[in-house]
Amino acid sequence: MLKEYKADFHIHSCLSPCGDIQMTPKAIAEQAKANGLNAICICDHNSSENTAAAIEACKQNGIELLFGMEVNSKEEVHTLALFDDIHSLNELQKTVYDNLNGENDDETFGYQMVINEDDEIADINPRLLIGATELTVETIVDRIHELGGIALASHVDRERFSLIGQLGFIPPDLKLDGVEISPNYIRKSMRYDFPMAPGFTQVTFSDAHFLHDIGKTFTIFLVEKITVSEIKKALENKDGRSVIAYS
Amino acid sequence: MNLKDIIERLDLKVYSGNTDREVSGGYASDLLSDVIANAKPDNLWITLQTHMNIVAVANLKELSGIILINNREPEETTLSKAKEEDITILSTGMQCFELVGKLYEMGIHGNGE
Repeated sequence: MLKEYKADFHIHSCLSPCGDIQMTPKAIAEQAKANGLNAICICDHNSSENTAAAIEACKQNGIELLFGMEVNSKEEVHTLALFDDIHSLNELQKTVYDNLNGENDDETFGYQMVINEDDEIADINPRLLIGATELTVETIVDRIHELGGIALASHVDRERFSLIGQLGFIPPDLKLDGVEISPNYIRKSMRYDFPMAPGFTQVTFSDAHFLHDIGKTFTIFLVEKITVSEIKKALENKDGRSVIAYS
Repeated sequence: MNLKDIIERLDLKVYSGNTDREVSGGYASDLLSDVIANAKPDNLWITLQTHMNIVAVANLKELSGIILINNREPEETTLSKAKEEDITILSTGMQCFELVGKLYEMGIHGNGE
């Protein structure tokens, strides 16, 4: 049976250098529940190491979880990757780490905290997670698809770190599953349709770096359950599945 | 100034395209959206971006050429598209600051506006 799911699939945890230290997987899941979300995905910059801790936290709060990452390309274009399982995400993680250079300076960029299932700091990630990988945006999108995931262009309306800002327009051969519009675009322009991405299904998520932003912006999917294949169908408007609203 | 002279004096590597062109000025940026908004016809564009979209931007803005800095090489797809559309792609081992300084010394003082 089809059901409406209120989803926020772009949330940064305290593993992202720019993510607030209060953004532990447990706190994120609790806040998601409090804000009436049904499904979330933690998408940290170039890393997935806080996803394992989110599994139990989401279960306890009745929140559906997808497994994700926000990958930064050679061109400094951000792409959201969403998967059904942690195994596929870990495979993407390997590809990303193999192509990511540099060490983080936590005084400058912020601490990158890996959190365990007991909501404690297990490790500090030393990599330069905010950096650009050596992978082209095409390679990233193809790799996501090879691993069975969904590839969405992050905040395409923004000037920095977006597909359109960095590369001027959406490359014609790029096989994206959809594009994300940032909350700022909707607030500033008072419109929901972004004109520079014709033919792509648009969604919007919070891109939250602080607890109070979680679920402020969301997309409602009409699907049977929260899986990659169902979300893909919704993005393609197939079999009655659809993206019915965003705010 | 003719692009040929610039290539010779700065010892630029030529990847593709016609080098016998007049240069009206220069523009340096790695945001393609910014280049679309601000570069002028026959400008020489300095960038570290190597994605295929640089060819389309150079074509759209009728730029005289693209110089890739820091020994960057165009992607294969970029190069084949540049050859197809006769877009001039050059490269240098210099960093952006140094290259722009040299071009400025040679008399290229802005985008020609």
